[in-house]
Amino acid sequence: MTKINIPTPLRQYAGKQPTVEVKAGTVSEALSGLVSKHPDLRRHLYTDDGKLRSFVNVYLNDEDVRYLQKEATALKDNDTISIVPSIAGGW
Amino acid sequence: MLKMELTNYEALRRHGEETYPHECCGVLLGQMDGEVRTVNSVARCGNTRTDSPHNRYDIDPRELVRIQRQGRERGEDIVGFYHSHPDHPARWSPTDLAEAHWFGCSYVITSVEKGKAAVTNSFELTGSDEADKKLVDEKIEVGHAET
Repeated sequence: MTKINIPTPLRQYAGKQPTVEVKAGTVSEALSGLVSKHPDLRRHLYTDDGKLRSFVNVYLNDEDVRYLQKEATALKDNDTISIVPSIAGGW
Repeated sequence: MLKMELTNYEALRRHGEETYPHECCGVLLGQMDGEVRTVNSVARCGNTRTDSPHNRYDIDPRELVRIQRQGRERGEDIVGFYHSHPDHPARWSPTDLAEAHWFGCSYVITSVEKGKAAVTNSFELTGSDEADKKLVDEKIEVGHAET
């Protein structure tokens, strides 16, 4: 099973759980499994045309999946995915 | 409302003085209980916006993943973030709003005037999605640890 860490603002759409476990072979399958379990998460993670929102970072353990094989990145047992909305700003 | 001990409040203000004239940034960890966010610890972060550090900040998500993991090990969640506005008011800017995505969390801003921390304000990111989000003024209750 793969553990997905849900950031605090999105937990209200994931049954108020800090983590969700899914069975998946790739990052893409894991995220699909997550939004299948919790459909309200979809619009917060994906644009209307099905692309991951630009400010949503997805980490596999400590690596940004954009620098791996993106959503096609293969998963091993006990991997942890973290969904991390970006933090930025300034005047 | 945002609650924190004086030591954490002073720590985030001091961070802004140390990085002046650049913006500082960091993470607030603790507990959420309805409309009240209580800060138990403050984690300093580096500002990755080296191209424009006097008026922009950006936290490396890898650093955030680490801070989030360490917080969970202590039973703490991310409840907000802080940054400084060097020689600029402690009000949120259009950039702050555009780049804010953690709904229900606090965004603390400290104005640092000529190297000294001046005003510290906090704003809660409200709304349900990117289209209707707002940064709303919230009270900061600064407490004193019991001895």
